[in-house]
Amino acid sequence: MMPVSAGFPSPADSYIEGKLDLNKHLIKKPVATFFVKVSGDSMTGAGIFSDDLLIVDRSMEPVDKKVVIAVVDGELTVKRIRFKEGRVSLVPENENYAPIEFSDNSEVEIWGVVTYVIHPL
Amino acid sequence: MYAIVDCNNFYVSCERLFKPSLNGKPVIVLSNNDGCAVALSEEARKIGITRGIPYFKVAHMEKENGLKVFSSNYALYGDISSRVVDVITSIIPEVEIYSIDECFLDLSSYPEKELVTLAVKIRERIGKWVGIPVSVGIARTKTLSKVAVRIAKKSGQGVLKLTDKDEIDKNLAKMPVGGVWGVGRRYAKWLNRYGIKDAAALKNTSNHLLRTKMGICGIRIAEELRGTSCYSIENAPPKKREITVSRSFAKTLNDFDDLKNAVVHFTTKASEKLRKEGSVAGAVLVFVMTNRFSELPQYNRVGTMKLNVQTNDTSELINHTIKVLSEIFKKGYSYKKTGVILKELVPENQVQMALFDSIDRGRSKKIMKVLDNINETFGAGSLKYAGEGLDKNPDFMPASAMLSNAFTTRWSEIPIVKAL
Repeated sequence: MMPVSAGFPSPADSYIEGKLDLNKHLIKKPVATFFVKVSGDSMTGAGIFSDDLLIVDRSMEPVDKKVVIAVVDGELTVKRIRFKEGRVSLVPENENYAPIEFSDNSEVEIWGVVTYVIHPL
Repeated sequence: MYAIVDCNNFYVSCERLFKPSLNGKPVIVLSNNDGCAVALSEEARKIGITRGIPYFKVAHMEKENGLKVFSSNYALYGDISSRVVDVITSIIPEVEIYSIDECFLDLSSYPEKELVTLAVKIRERIGKWVGIPVSVGIARTKTLSKVAVRIAKKSGQGVLKLTDKDEIDKNLAKMPVGGVWGVGRRYAKWLNRYGIKDAAALKNTSNHLLRTKMGICGIRIAEELRGTSCYSIENAPPKKREITVSRSFAKTLNDFDDLKNAVVHFTTKASEKLRKEGSVAGAVLVFVMTNRFSELPQYNRVGTMKLNVQTNDTSELINHTIKVLSEIFKKGYSYKKTGVILKELVPENQVQMALFDSIDRGRSKKIMKVLDNINETFGAGSLKYAGEGLDKNPDFMPASAMLSNAFTTRWSEIPIVKAL
């Protein structure tokens, strides 16, 4: 004998979904996305602390006020980028550190744009 | 029309991506086991380093010339390579992955006047998104696209469409015949003897002459140089005709037991690969080599065994390879390298039954499945044959003293960014 289903179809059937996937939610372009770890406290004002994990998207444009990974003296560095009156500066978010100013765009090498910070509580 | 996308100094570029301080400095990446230089930056070339040079010959340049040296980091290169391919296929889906740093593209469905723009887009997107510099060569055949990319790389322009007849001829005349795609060292020697020294001469050689020595392959290469496409894009890689697992040792090995451990380990790896592609082997080869750079007495031997029934069972294959090893092993030599080659591969479902087969094939298949599952779930080598030895870091494992981090594949090794 075969069981026969009776009654109303479940209203949930048309809403079958996958599980929530944090990767899909946080990463728009996996090919251009890298994870890095922070060392230092110059960005605490932006909620970025030492040992935090950053999600970096290299495909994004580093527009004004974005938190970016920049190459400073051959090292990967996290800073906020500011464009003002044709000048570029990399600004820390901690008053113990000074901004780095550049006279033109071509002097700064931007490695990627930080999209999220993952911080344990 | 075809294009080839070729990553510039790929291994070096991967190392530089996470260590920008290496930009502008001479950098080399060493082969497996830190033997010789397999990739070099332009700056390394400028101080006289050539591809294939043994590491010990250039080690002094680390101090004298600021040379930076890295062991091969295949976890990193593999990940970056697949990102490069993903970027290309997001623009052009018709792609053949030719090697870890080269892809052929089929451009036949795109209007010819848009090809350069397309190539520039690919090049810029890989540069920005993945951070790897690439060059692109476009031409009517795969062989000519290889010529084009070589020029594009050398001139630094990055993209070159080589379709003008005079320009093709001019460049072929400057290219030694051995540099043509598909012309091996052996053919280059033969062609040179006939006075065919450059690619232009090869292009103008009669098919008749080429057929006598190089067969249909030679004709195809010449036709491709003439602009007639003979090779199309191969979307599915052909099944392997043999599987090789071999390695040089960090330290030389003298004892049979040490070599045996290595051979068992390599056989295990090779049979895993064999099962992964659903094949069985009909013959095994084992070879042993001494260090050709040392003054010690030299001994190199290869031994073969043809199998009664083709198999992909690890324990069976181990029995065979150890038997071969014991036949070719000679006491009194310092061995630098050994390897296992599985040959005469056929698909598993075409196995010929032997009349007097003493092995329970069904049972062996089940055991292999369990073995592969465990090693896939718990990491390679979780379950292994006792013949490999129990040492975690035996001498036959490759040396990689200057290995950079697995920046993109291991959480504990992701890049550090400074907040200072």
